[in-house]
Amino acid sequence: MRLSDAPKGAQAVVQSVTDAHPADPIAQRLRDLGFVAGEPVRLIARGPLGGDPLLIQIGSTRFALRKTEAARVDVLVDGAA
Amino acid sequence: MSAATMRVALVGNPNCGKTALFNQLTGGRQKVANYAGVTVERKEGRFTAPSGRTLQILDLPGAYSFDATSPDEAITRDVCQGRYPGEAAPDLIVCVADATNLRLHLRFVLEVRRLGRPVVLALNMMDAARKRGIVIDVQKLSQRLGVPVVETIAVQRGGAKALVDRLDAAVPEIVPSPIDEATVDGLHAEVRAILADAVTSTRNTAAIDDAIDRWALHPVFGLAILAVLMFFIFQAVFSWAQPVMDAITDGITALGAWATSFLPGDSALHSLLNDGVFAGLGAVLVFLPQILILFLFILILEESGYLPRAAFLLDRMMFKVGLTGRAFIPLLSSFACAIPGIMATRSINDPRDRLTTILVAPLMTCSARLPVYTLLIAAFIPNRSIGLFNLQGIVLFVLYFAGIFSALGVAFVMKRFRKDRSEHALIMELPSYRLPNVRDVALGLWERALIFLKRVGGIITALTVLLWFLSSFPGAPEGATGPAIDYSLAGMLGRGLQYVFAPIGFNWQICIALVPGLAAREVAVAALGTVYAMSGTDDAVATQLGPVIAHSWSLATALSLLAWYVFAPQCMSTLAVIRRETNSWRNVAIAAGYLFGLAYLASLATYQIARALS
Repeated sequence: MRLSDAPKGAQAVVQSVTDAHPADPIAQRLRDLGFVAGEPVRLIARGPLGGDPLLIQIGSTRFALRKTEAARVDVLVDGAA
Repeated sequence: MSAATMRVALVGNPNCGKTALFNQLTGGRQKVANYAGVTVERKEGRFTAPSGRTLQILDLPGAYSFDATSPDEAITRDVCQGRYPGEAAPDLIVCVADATNLRLHLRFVLEVRRLGRPVVLALNMMDAARKRGIVIDVQKLSQRLGVPVVETIAVQRGGAKALVDRLDAAVPEIVPSPIDEATVDGLHAEVRAILADAVTSTRNTAAIDDAIDRWALHPVFGLAILAVLMFFIFQAVFSWAQPVMDAITDGITALGAWATSFLPGDSALHSLLNDGVFAGLGAVLVFLPQILILFLFILILEESGYLPRAAFLLDRMMFKVGLTGRAFIPLLSSFACAIPGIMATRSINDPRDRLTTILVAPLMTCSARLPVYTLLIAAFIPNRSIGLFNLQGIVLFVLYFAGIFSALGVAFVMKRFRKDRSEHALIMELPSYRLPNVRDVALGLWERALIFLKRVGGIITALTVLLWFLSSFPGAPEGATGPAIDYSLAGMLGRGLQYVFAPIGFNWQICIALVPGLAAREVAVAALGTVYAMSGTDDAVATQLGPVIAHSWSLATALSLLAWYVFAPQCMSTLAVIRRETNSWRNVAIAAGYLFGLAYLASLATYQIARALS
């Protein structure tokens, strides 16, 4: 499942980050920030308009990601394998 | 090398408390400048360690990774690698990490360690970490990393003592850099291994953050809280500043009168000092209170961690028109004055988003427009109520919103014209809430005030003197009947301009006033006073001026002038700041060109429609 489609509050584990195009700087930055296989992440909140951007917790850090950015992250949601 | 100066660079992730630590180390003794050719700030300070050795501290911009995505990060990387032209490689790198957020910050520490330079790790915010039940085995951490580790609490007096002691000791041995070029996954795996070995923690986030965010980021309450906060800030900026602004105006007028009282009243020097130098000084200083109050709020909100939350709430809305949530604060600042607003765009990391924000910031209704708006509204718009509202109030409201909507429109058009269509990243960290530190806020305010005065003071004073010259020479001939300004260079310019401005309904008096009004909008009222041969304080001129213009101008002309002031770039300082912040005359030309174009079109439409209807 893509992180952008994850249900609010659900615990998930990162599988991989996909480049949207070759040498995608946004995907690279996401990996740098810790979005790598095996990391637990959680969708904490959604923006007030159209549910964008998303607030994602990874480790003890919270990042605001736009849906298009979060869509690069593949996750496995707990209990919904 | 005990007596020698040691150069220390502070690096770390954004939000690691690096700048607070820098302030703690250097106190007020710091120099802020821009790196040559880029707008990224270079902050340096020095202090003397107990041993007598001088330490020179360089505060580098926050970075998540050496794989840079912004000019800030590129500078941090280049300086650390000793590749930045004109900047010697640091003798020692102090890597600052937030002890409550080690998973993210340690990865960068590993990247810094790879440089193979002497590194000390400062574990900052140890107080917060302890409170959160995070236990760090410092000895083990140091062992695993192969670098010395010290604990710091940057917001506490004496909280950097361990770091100072460490810096004062001999430079730590150079760590041999690991040869392996580990992949991203490799680095993260190493961080995980180190954390498992040296750190135990009970929970991931502070309970208070979860509790506040439940409300602050709520789709309904979050927006309501933001709106109330903004309303309060606006109120404060306009009502608290007024008495101080009045005092400044009076003070400078009095100072000017005293300083020139020793000179003959009709001499050119008297006029130059009084109408040129002191008038220019007053025009700049009078905005300082509003700017300081606004920045006080912005700094408190920034330090507390709320600002990225405001950006989170508004991102979607602003993204639609080609801006970003991060543009919210710069645009808000621009309601007081576009200059600090444009300076505040430094927090936007995408250069395209930043440029768009800079170019639309002058459309926000800054306080310098108010004297002109009040004069014209009082003279031409009847003071009558329409339902619950007052007609004059409605006109002022319309003028404000004309600015906001045109800014959104212009941003939208710029988005269309942009050649680079690659994606704009948001990826923004929402840091933990924390109580703002009085000392850090005070230092921040002091810095902004200095930057504002230095940037603006020079240019506006120089221009006022130039404009004084234009409007004073040549003097009126013998037996002249009109006001002196009519015969001056400015007068000639104004009459020349009339050919251009006749279609939008401006008479020659307005055209003359536009010339000195170019330096700063609020000068236009005084200039109109001069043209209609009135003198006295600004207030006195404005009161006399009202009936005169109400009698001699048509309503269409007045409305056209209001429309002109919504758009026209009648402020040299703003253009000067655009030049400084973007390092490009081309952007100044674009800004001035489109603003004049919009102003002319809006005035033309207003004048012609108003005339057709009357």
